[in-house]
Amino acid sequence: MPALELEGLARHYGERQALSDVSLELEQGRTLVVFGPNGAGKTTLLRVLATLLRPHAGRVCVLGRSLPQQAWAVRGHVGLLAHEPLLYRELSARENLRFHARLHGVGEARVSELIDAVQMQARAREPLRTLSRGMVQRVAVARAVLHDPELLLLDEPYSNLDPAAVELVAPLIGAGAGRTRVICSHDPAGGLAEADVVLGLRAGRQGLLRRAGEVGAPEISELYR
Amino acid sequence: MYGKRLRPLSIATIAAMALALALVFFYAPLDAEQGFLQKIFYVHVPLAIAALGGFVLGAVLAIAHLRTRDPRWDMRSYVAIHMSLIFAVGALITGSIWAKGSWGHWWVWNEPTLVSFLIVFLLYATYQPLRFAIEDPERQARYASVFAVTAGAFVPMNFIAVRLSTAYLHPRVLGSTSNLPGPMALTFVVSLLAIVLLYATLCTYELTAKHTRAQVRALRRRVLGETPEQEGRRPRSAAPTTAPGAAIGAEAAGRAL
Amino acid sequence: MRGTVAALLRKELLVELRTLESVPAMSLFAVTTFVVFHFALNRGSVEGDLGAGVLWVTLLFAAILGVNRLFVADAEQGGFDGFMLAPVDATAMLLAKMATLLCYLIALELVAVPAFALLLLGPSLGPSLPGLIGVLALGDLGVAAIGTLVAALAVRTRARDLLGPLLGLPLLVPIVIGGARATSPLLTLAHSAPSARWLVTLGLYDLVFGLIAYALFDFLLED
Repeated sequence: MPALELEGLARHYGERQALSDVSLELEQGRTLVVFGPNGAGKTTLLRVLATLLRPHAGRVCVLGRSLPQQAWAVRGHVGLLAHEPLLYRELSARENLRFHARLHGVGEARVSELIDAVQMQARAREPLRTLSRGMVQRVAVARAVLHDPELLLLDEPYSNLDPAAVELVAPLIGAGAGRTRVICSHDPAGGLAEADVVLGLRAGRQGLLRRAGEVGAPEISELYR
Repeated sequence: MYGKRLRPLSIATIAAMALALALVFFYAPLDAEQGFLQKIFYVHVPLAIAALGGFVLGAVLAIAHLRTRDPRWDMRSYVAIHMSLIFAVGALITGSIWAKGSWGHWWVWNEPTLVSFLIVFLLYATYQPLRFAIEDPERQARYASVFAVTAGAFVPMNFIAVRLSTAYLHPRVLGSTSNLPGPMALTFVVSLLAIVLLYATLCTYELTAKHTRAQVRALRRRVLGETPEQEGRRPRSAAPTTAPGAAIGAEAAGRAL
Repeated sequence: MRGTVAALLRKELLVELRTLESVPAMSLFAVTTFVVFHFALNRGSVEGDLGAGVLWVTLLFAAILGVNRLFVADAEQGGFDGFMLAPVDATAMLLAKMATLLCYLIALELVAVPAFALLLLGPSLGPSLPGLIGVLALGDLGVAAIGTLVAALAVRTRARDLLGPLLGLPLLVPIVIGGARATSPLLTLAHSAPSARWLVTLGLYDLVFGLIAYALFDFLLED
């Protein structure tokens, strides 16, 4: 059973098409990297897969469940790392993670495990607004994988992380963890390195869809012209 | 599709209104207490009934929108509420004139229907500002529908509450509408019919106009290849537009609304 | 469901305790308004209908302040997304937010009612206190239901601070009617009991709009 099956996915914003006719299949454990200029629909696609947005047309199957009818069954198996950290600034890292753990029915032990994994033990009890952007991003990563999701959706995940932090989160959101991943990226070289399947979006439409070995960085850059 | 109904509707409306006017001025007897002024009742009460009916209709259409997510229901709900608001203003003005004529004041607090109407009007007057304040069209339609359902439930509850709070001791200023003698009752029914037809016709006109505009936009997009951005800076309005899916080909659009 | 509501409520109260955005402002506003009323009405004491009116109007406008802030943290800090990603019922958020608003209102009344008794009320409050608490409780439930619904409607719009009160005040008029009429006999020297008619009206209104909020809330949480 493929992790993702999209056929003719469309979503409009009033009279403008945010996504139109996106079709692809992704097997479990594989990584799909999505490229495209700003406004191409990458974030929209991610949010549809996360069940936060309803598809307006086409067929969408995530982890074998079709959206939007079975969205409730998909939640809890999907983790989203978005542009915003989705954390409360007035609460500490521990309090935020504990809150999300309760929402997902995950135990306290997992919270401590992840705080250790992203090396935030020292500042886990301080309000997030006192932390740097990079630290907040680390906590956001912890939040995204807190419930051990089968499908990870990552929107430019490395944008606020320094190289040391990137190494730190690799075991959590990197290829090694065995999760199916969809990554939105602006970095042709780095993105290609992680991809099994590459999707290029342009103005909501599918520009290109290839297996990783069949496409090179120059073609990706074409999308941005 | 609506276009086909426009002509018979308009003709029926004009006929009904002509008949109603004739009855009001030449057939209905003069009221013993209030004299000629009482005739405004034949405009005021039907306007009020049509407006309230329209608000409840707007709520029902909004429920259809929330259940089916079809933007055409939202369009109908919007037109129903928007038209009812206009009729409600008419009801308030005619009610005020009636109050001034029979009680000497432009506004009276011990006429519960008038007071309830004012509150309902104040609530529905926020409908368009609410729509205007939301840019995402799908969310705008959804939030507007939630509002329409809430407000629709509010209408009867509000009337009950205000009615209870108006002391029984004061006589109703604007008179009771039950126990009408024969000729008055007939005139009233015809007037009500005329106003309801007017409401239906005006709503149909507005829906047809919006639909046609949407079709034109869709055709321009296909023939001239214009993007929404190029279509010129249309001033933002509180009214919904139909989504691309609903206005694609001429025949399809003809079936659509 | 209960666990989720508890977790949400805990988070709400924790954030409020840290920021102290709502309750102090609401309480201070109420006390200041009583002072304004003293000067505006040019009276040293109020009772009966007038007293009930002053109390309810003040509580209503102070409540609006709380309603305006209710979803702001969630809207600005991605709380809706975080919640919607979890396998939980949207109703849990409705109940948690209603409970939060209810807590704010109770805290407000703990300050405002004694202040009212001290500053403006002519007759003593003691014997009427149980009755007043009952009426306030019924009114608070209605304000909580409607306030939460209206706050959710207004928060992701452009003029959120204006739309909240504009939408909420007409919807809250029947609660003011019922509440003030029920409170009025309590604030007289005779300390009479409120008429059952008003308590039933309030209860019925609370029920209807509680159900409406329950039915419609899901549609407001989606993106």
